Amino acid sequence: MPSSLVDGNSLLALDIDAAATRAVLFDVVEGEYRFIASGAAPSTVEAPFKDASEGARNAIQNLQNVIGKTLLDENRNLITPSQPNGVGVDSLVVNFSAGPALRVVIVGLLKEISLASARRLAESTYARVVETIDMSDSRKPAQQIDAILRAKPDLVIIAGGTDGGASRSIQKMLEPVGLASFLMPEEKRPLVLFAGNEKLTEDVQALLKDQTGGLHFSPNVRPALETEDLDPAQSELARIHLEIRRRQINGVDTLNLWSGGNLLPTGYAAGRMVRFLAKLYASSKGILNVDIGASAAVIAAGFKDKSTLNIYPQFGLGEGLPGLLHHTTLENILRWSPLDISVGALRDYLYQKSLYPSAIAATQEDMAMFNAIAREALFLAMQAAKRDFPRGAARIKPDLTPLFDPILAGGGALNNIAKPGEALLLLLDALQPVGINTVILDQNTLLPMLGAAASQNNILPVQALESGAFLSVGTVISPVSESSYGTPILRAKLVYSSGAEARVELKYGTLESLPLASGESATLEIQTLRGADVGFGAGRGGKTPVSGGALGVVFDGRGRPLNLPTDAVRRRELIKKWLWTLGGE
Amino acid sequence: MQAPVLHIIGLANIVRERVLPVPGETLARLNQKVSSGDVVAEAHFAREHALLDVARILRVSPKMANSLIQCKFGETLAAGAQIAAGRGLFPRVVKAPSAGRVAAIGGGQVLLEISESKIEVRAGIPGIVTQVIPERGVVIQTAGSLIQGVWGNGRIDAGQLVNLMEQPDSVLTAAQLDVSFRGAVILGGIVKDPETLKAAAELQIRGLILSSIYPSLLALARELRFPIMATDGFGPLPMNSLAYQLLSSNAKRDVTVNAEAYDRYGGGRPEVIIPLPVAEAPDLAETVEFAPGLQVRMRRPPALGALGSIISIKAGQTALPSGLRAPCAEIKLTNGETVIAPLVNLEVVG
Repeated sequence: MPSSLVDGNSLLALDIDAAATRAVLFDVVEGEYRFIASGAAPSTVEAPFKDASEGARNAIQNLQNVIGKTLLDENRNLITPSQPNGVGVDSLVVNFSAGPALRVVIVGLLKEISLASARRLAESTYARVVETIDMSDSRKPAQQIDAILRAKPDLVIIAGGTDGGASRSIQKMLEPVGLASFLMPEEKRPLVLFAGNEKLTEDVQALLKDQTGGLHFSPNVRPALETEDLDPAQSELARIHLEIRRRQINGVDTLNLWSGGNLLPTGYAAGRMVRFLAKLYASSKGILNVDIGASAAVIAAGFKDKSTLNIYPQFGLGEGLPGLLHHTTLENILRWSPLDISVGALRDYLYQKSLYPSAIAATQEDMAMFNAIAREALFLAMQAAKRDFPRGAARIKPDLTPLFDPILAGGGALNNIAKPGEALLLLLDALQPVGINTVILDQNTLLPMLGAAASQNNILPVQALESGAFLSVGTVISPVSESSYGTPILRAKLVYSSGAEARVELKYGTLESLPLASGESATLEIQTLRGADVGFGAGRGGKTPVSGGALGVVFDGRGRPLNLPTDAVRRRELIKKWLWTLGGE
Repeated sequence: MQAPVLHIIGLANIVRERVLPVPGETLARLNQKVSSGDVVAEAHFAREHALLDVARILRVSPKMANSLIQCKFGETLAAGAQIAAGRGLFPRVVKAPSAGRVAAIGGGQVLLEISESKIEVRAGIPGIVTQVIPERGVVIQTAGSLIQGVWGNGRIDAGQLVNLMEQPDSVLTAAQLDVSFRGAVILGGIVKDPETLKAAAELQIRGLILSSIYPSLLALARELRFPIMATDGFGPLPMNSLAYQLLSSNAKRDVTVNAEAYDRYGGGRPEVIIPLPVAEAPDLAETVEFAPGLQVRMRRPPALGALGSIISIKAGQTALPSGLRAPCAEIKLTNGETVIAPLVNLEVVG
């Protein structure tokens, strides 16, 4: 898109999560959109503040202080559009992920078909499935009603029946939903999203219209038995999510008003951007975006023919931290720690930190625990999300992470790490990428903001992405290999644009790096040893152009899947060594 | 930057809204004097339902079944009461499987509420009802000392305070508990083992105020019928010096322990109230601006749980031992030590 088409509108983007609120200004500089600056403040969704807009005002205030431009009026309201004297901004978009996970009941016909689709749909927002009902449910209708009442849902998602297919069975399943909702106090009735057989729309209207907190329809998530189409339902679910938040949380209405309705759940906005990038790059490899913060762990992946979005509040690092122990053990978390920390100290940390999600690590020990927890949470999220990746995605081995390039990573956990090397090691440990990947850190949570901005301004996301607003960590080479520790598995030669060369021999179990500055590119010649595979085929080498970053070109020879030594002392020494190699401590 | 306030204060005007989660009946009257355990509002709800498919049982259409149903919406039925009867010489009959209330009729079906439960909201603080919220609850006002905590098991009770803490990091053990503490509220320090909680339950104490509780004991603590509250957190944490001083100096006085669970969105916190017979008391601020001289509590290490006062707010961002940079304050702790802490890790005490 030629820059002359840019009309010069400034855009403010807000990201509000459970712990922090960020304000980012984008504006046109020399004919192209640029990231200008950001400001942050603690979120104010929780008591005693109980108003999301207060944190937004504070973050905007901090941004004002950075840029020296007035954005708020004397009543601390956003000035929009921008005024002739230069104050204010032209538009605002807001991403929102704060608040308790939505309580969702999912209803479907067949467990493996429509119920599975309803579950995947629920996972595309900040939700927790608290009850499921399907055709194989042996409970009596009255017991199902009682179960729904006990579940106290914010939302019921109903799927089932292919378009024009089964209808009687679904009608039967609507009954307990309608009756349970009817029995609840009016202000507590759940919203209902019907994403099943489209033929039933009128029946659903007739049965549920007056019994629910609001009835929504989306195209069928299973239009045919072998076809799943979640995208339109995800879009409707994003609207529902915000409708619920507007009812639950003060200040969301103000933000909605300021932004002219341009308010999106953060994860959904990130998913939208990943879909867009997957289409833009149309590569044989996928595009991966991960975000690990106080509200949730988000995994958005874009492939040639399909995109997936998985949001896991259960793996968020905020109020739900003690719940992480339902999914893993203290020992599993501590395997990632470079410091000798007792399980008791870690358990206490999980509970104590959950009281204050916005608190940050001030000491080295606190930071070691926080990073270990973040690794484990992101690892678990990635393992769960992998189940939804398409079977046809390019891979080196079926059970390993598919090939992704680039990998974009953000969220509070990564923003709260001082050095890029520490952030990269966290990502390598948790995601265990294979082959050749460019790794980019989204330190200002820009990607979901660009996803939200795309609906207002389709030039901005493209230009902002290319403007260097993200921190390129570098290119990572992760061979798949089965060898013993210390065995050479790869030799590489990096040929710089100046003609200079640098060489490295990678031994199994180690990390190496070669310098290549941000903005520079070079050619990497790879020779694999002992059957190692970096995506050229087992035992085959090749040449590939690589781009630089804060850490240059990093070689991860630690094997996939990553097996850490069982001996705790040796493991901690190795982690320290790896951190040191990548410029951490 | 605005700071949240944790209330640990010797004298304050305490106002609490106590409401039902669903509409019900407000039992307390305006200007009524209530004690903490008094029920001020209650609501009834059905725990179980029975859905009777009259149309299917009578083998008629739903429309026909609707015309054969004899009970009315809202009607209370005895077990075995006739709900509908078919036609013919030997008509089929539909009877109520248990006593209950008719919750819905339609589509040839009858929905019965067959067991009822009650939600009760207790006053939580001793005081005067200053506002009645119809069908929901009340606002209660009192004056006294207020000590808020971070975790509670959801129970409320009151009794005479007995101090078993010798110092802020005292550990409470089962051996310290004897029958003379029956009916008392115990100030107990750190609890590490289930035996101590079980011994307290056997004694029928009226409350347990702890500095901290081990996470492994939380499930047991939630099951116990008396209020348990932790002032500072989890694991082996000593009691913050102000809470310790206020509580230990009020031994033998009547105290109320409202160990309601910490509600991060609603703002409810577990708290101890020591009513004082004063005519006027200062109102409580929920947030204040960070400023030198304010008393603060450390939410994270270093010195987790310790109190201190702000010496200065650092300009810009300060580098921390963790490697992070953040807006910070210099704090003089009560033990004389000086530390630098991020503002987001502090709460104002007062």
